[in-house]
Amino acid sequence: MTTRLDPHHRTLTHLQRLEAESIAIMREAVAEAEHPVMLYSVGKDSSVMLHLAMKAFYPAKPPFPLLHVDTTWKFQEMYEFRDKLVAELGVDLLVHRNPECVELGINPFTHGSAVHTDMWKTEGLKQALDLHRFDVAFGGARRDEEKSRAKERIFSVRTAQHRWDAKQQRPELWRLYNVRKNVGESIRVFPLSNWTELDVWQYIHLEEIPIVPLYYAAPRPVVERDGTLIMVDDDRMPLAPGEVPEQRSVRFRTLGCYPLTGAIESTADTLTGIIQEMLLTTTSERQGRVIDHDSSGSMEKKKQEGYF
Amino acid sequence: MAHTSDLIASDIDAYLESHEHKSLLRFITCGSVDDGKSTLIGRLLYESHLVFEDHLAALEADSRKVGTQGGDLDFALLVDGLAAEREQGITIDVAYRFFSTERRKFIVADTPGHEQYTRNMVTGASTADLAVILIDARKGVLTQTRRHSFLVSLLGIRKVVLAVNKLDMVDYSQDVHNRIEEDYRTFAAGIGITDIVAIPMSALKGDNITEPSANTPWYHGPTLIGYLETVEIADEVEFGPFRMPVQWVSRPDLDFRGFAGQIVGGSVRPGDQVRVLPSGQISTVSRIVTFDGDLDEAVAGLSVTITLTDEIDVSRGDVLAAAADPPGVADQFEAHVVWMGEHEMLPGRPYLLKLGTRTVGATITQPKYKINVNTLEHTATKTLELNEIGVCNLSLDRAVAFDPYAANRDMGGFVLIDRLTNNTVGAGLIHFALRRADNIHWQSIEVDKAAHATLKGQRPCVVWFTGLSGSGKSTIANLVEKQLHAQGRHTYLLDGDNVRHGLNKDLGFTEADRVENIRRVAEVSRLMVDAGLIVLVSFISPFRAERELARSMVADGEFLEIFVDTPLEVAEQRDPKGLYRKARLGELTNFTGIDSPYEAPERPDLHVDTTALSSEQAAERVIDLLRAHGALGT
Repeated sequence: MTTRLDPHHRTLTHLQRLEAESIAIMREAVAEAEHPVMLYSVGKDSSVMLHLAMKAFYPAKPPFPLLHVDTTWKFQEMYEFRDKLVAELGVDLLVHRNPECVELGINPFTHGSAVHTDMWKTEGLKQALDLHRFDVAFGGARRDEEKSRAKERIFSVRTAQHRWDAKQQRPELWRLYNVRKNVGESIRVFPLSNWTELDVWQYIHLEEIPIVPLYYAAPRPVVERDGTLIMVDDDRMPLAPGEVPEQRSVRFRTLGCYPLTGAIESTADTLTGIIQEMLLTTTSERQGRVIDHDSSGSMEKKKQEGYF
Repeated sequence: MAHTSDLIASDIDAYLESHEHKSLLRFITCGSVDDGKSTLIGRLLYESHLVFEDHLAALEADSRKVGTQGGDLDFALLVDGLAAEREQGITIDVAYRFFSTERRKFIVADTPGHEQYTRNMVTGASTADLAVILIDARKGVLTQTRRHSFLVSLLGIRKVVLAVNKLDMVDYSQDVHNRIEEDYRTFAAGIGITDIVAIPMSALKGDNITEPSANTPWYHGPTLIGYLETVEIADEVEFGPFRMPVQWVSRPDLDFRGFAGQIVGGSVRPGDQVRVLPSGQISTVSRIVTFDGDLDEAVAGLSVTITLTDEIDVSRGDVLAAAADPPGVADQFEAHVVWMGEHEMLPGRPYLLKLGTRTVGATITQPKYKINVNTLEHTATKTLELNEIGVCNLSLDRAVAFDPYAANRDMGGFVLIDRLTNNTVGAGLIHFALRRADNIHWQSIEVDKAAHATLKGQRPCVVWFTGLSGSGKSTIANLVEKQLHAQGRHTYLLDGDNVRHGLNKDLGFTEADRVENIRRVAEVSRLMVDAGLIVLVSFISPFRAERELARSMVADGEFLEIFVDTPLEVAEQRDPKGLYRKARLGELTNFTGIDSPYEAPERPDLHVDTTALSSEQAAERVIDLLRAHGALGT
């Protein structure tokens, strides 16, 4: 980024300040962690977080692996993008798929979105963290995403059971982060806490950070269910009698499991087009995610159970 | 305001160009539920178009269900977070909110105003550049207003917006507004807040938030947003000399050794002389390395990696600083301490202290006084409870680099961590360093160490014999004492076995007990040195750290370490007390040399090899050492 300073205007821009803060957070976590890991979801926030990690430890590579908690139900383009990026950057990637889910064939159609998300993602994440004994895990969550996240700490302590307890969260003053933990406890670290969705997009634009092409509008086969456009990404998707996928110009504001991620109709096929659309839009980013609609306060419950 | 600019639709590239170069202002809002604080923040988010249709639909539904505005939009519901506190109708933690306008991005620390939550306000204020203090126009300056202002001032925030809210409830009265402003200025001047802008407003109705209100034609100042967008940000860059705590040493290969950190003061260029603290070594900046290429200057706020021209010792926790204007280095401070733990502060208990990127052990003395945040009165106290603020002295187990908090927040603000729970239990703001003697208030004794020593015609000291069980420590120490006694010297021999029969009979042989055993012996030795004696200590004392502790308790040159070096197999063969045999049989556990380690001295004042010297010869060497040291007087 333009770390070079205009001699007449030495105040840092908001993106420079956010970038420097995120880098400092990552370095601090790594300096005090025994087995750090970066949770990598392939989405745009993960792209930004990974880009910041490349900066934080330059000229060294990030001294931790990426962990993708996979559900086998992500969009094909996400898997392709992930593998290509990891190869290009030369970073280590671990992929964890909950073996129980693999065995039982857990999927959103038969088992419902709640069971699917809980078992693949929440349980899968806990398994992977336990398996590799990771004690510090970076996540791409932001405080502006949801009301209950506005109070989330940047360094969030989890019990040995990965639970989040509102009362155990530590005050964070100045730039001082307490990275100490007791045996069995772990810490989730959110370097993008103070970024907003707009900041993320502006930064992607400014830094030319690669993102999954699904964020750009293109003709894609979709079906409309309960007012949500679902992309038919592969032939595992059961179609109702008479239901025929139609080609529509759509894109995605968030990425997850394709059966659970609503597309929006759009013709924005450039980065600036996306940002323009976002600025003029009137619905919030998380609306495309099916899990939030369950009940008021549902994210808070999920967080207590160990979901990010 | 906000992102309604026509540019978005007409020229997104130009829009992005300008918006990617906005500045950032962090501020804190202070006020209680009744002041309309949540309503104000909800209003700011709403006005900056960050409330989307789906949120708005939820807000409308919630407003009807639990709203307090008779079915009208209740903006407070936009920002009340956790379900638990929503039920209680109060906010109980620090929440961070984000909005932006055409000119700036804002991060708002939203903190509750209740007295018991001083902790949260201090936390929120620690990262804020400015404070918005809300006042209910019907009530004027209240106790809580004073409390908020004091905390804001304590945390070093100099700019205050006095939001005289709910003016609609007093018919937009200029008199009411002016009286409140005057009251406030009078009070605030007393605590050092002088940069105040008072704005008459109604967050509920939207008066003077973004647009000048027709209801206050008598007011000619800025709107709230207008002011926040244009107020000069206290620029870190201009503040003081270069400072960078080292977070991480980057060594990707043998040819590169860089020091990564975030600059917290001043600026730096290649060629600048820097000093490494606390060691004090000086070097020159070679490169400022970033992913985007080397920089020719880096300023406060940036995270960079710096390489030096010399291969000097720098590690995490050290501070790189302007060589000509370095920070202080000290191990004792006076500081404001804000207690944040559920359990009260324990003077004398060891806590961890994190300052910059260094974590050290620290103990806190009994507070000099605590401050009543409502009246600002100072009262005597033995401890600090949750949410109490006091002035204390701190003693660290090693020296750290620091600046007073008033000069640099990041170099003078620290947190205290409980060693058992690892929770953050306190925060502190350094005033100044103490000279060692200033700190602990000794009972004043007229007949002091020098007087005792002069009378005895000797120089008191501790002669510390360490070595394995059966190495011959006690035998040698005995011989030394007999000779000194014969020469008319005043001595005392502390022997491990004997002390364990009395003073330390409650201690076993676990690691913790061994540490305590040595600590007590070291304390007793120190008192005896004060009494002017030559103290002979014969203890296995297997751990280096405890011997160093004993050394640190007396003045420089008053501690002589004698390493009675006997190989384990020799000591085991001698086995004068039959202990090795028992240990080998498993009848004794934690036995030094068998199942508990012995850490040999690295630089003893005298190394006695008992395989080469007899006990008598060894004793002679000790006497020689004492004589050379001047312990035996004239």
